[in-house]
Amino acid sequence: MANQQRVSDRPRARPLSPHLQVYSWQVQMVTSILHRGTGIVLVLGSLLVAWGLVALAAGPVQWADFAECVRSPLGFLVMFGWSWSLAYHLINGIRHLAQDAGYAYEISSFVRNSWISIFGSLVLTAIIWLLAMTQWGNA
Amino acid sequence: MSIQNPGRHTPNLRHPLKRARGLGSAKDGTHHFAIQRITAIALVFLTIYVAWLVLSLVGDDFATVRATVARPWNATLLVAFLIASFWHAKLGLQVIIEDYVHTPWLAATSQLSVIFVCVLAAIASVLAVIRIALGG
Repeated sequence: MANQQRVSDRPRARPLSPHLQVYSWQVQMVTSILHRGTGIVLVLGSLLVAWGLVALAAGPVQWADFAECVRSPLGFLVMFGWSWSLAYHLINGIRHLAQDAGYAYEISSFVRNSWISIFGSLVLTAIIWLLAMTQWGNA
Repeated sequence: MSIQNPGRHTPNLRHPLKRARGLGSAKDGTHHFAIQRITAIALVFLTIYVAWLVLSLVGDDFATVRATVARPWNATLLVAFLIASFWHAKLGLQVIIEDYVHTPWLAATSQLSVIFVCVLAAIASVLAVIRIALGG
């Protein structure tokens, strides 16, 4: 049985060992890696939420410390990275839920909705900051 | 290796499903998968709500923020958000550690740390919301 499969003595083109370096760049790789990366960022963000709520419960002094950190340049950077991570993980998470339900698995739609996750997250982040700035201006 | 004489061995008549059912690598079947999705679906709605709540509070002072968080619906949904978030975070970090950390003692220490940090942060933040809600 096994001998019949050996038709030729020529060396066959064998599959390469799958590793990041041998794959050509694809957007699906990026969306997958970003989902984990943003997930880790969001854990750190959730710890900030916990800190904020504990400070809010503790009193005005502790809340002022928290607010000062958030409004510092580094805090601004953290808030910006966090808001994009949230936007991305939210949109790509909805994409994953759709895929879990069996939708959008054809390669063409898979690639298309990968790009939707990336550009959608940028648009959503812009909307969040536009609303935040408007709110800040009104306050 | 090729099987020269397939009929020589008695075939295993047990269906593989018998061994697989309810016994994933972590011995808890699809529980992890299911809870990760349930918390994810909850978080889609809760995240939008909390993001809206936070945006509406930008620039407000301590008393206003506290009074807003203290409102029953806000407090309820915030607690739901916190529990779903830290649960989802624990499940996600667990998988990342399982995938990338292969040194047994380091993997075990990381997993324990993730569980302790997520549970403590969840308890501290939920207690904070309850204190705010009851302290009106």
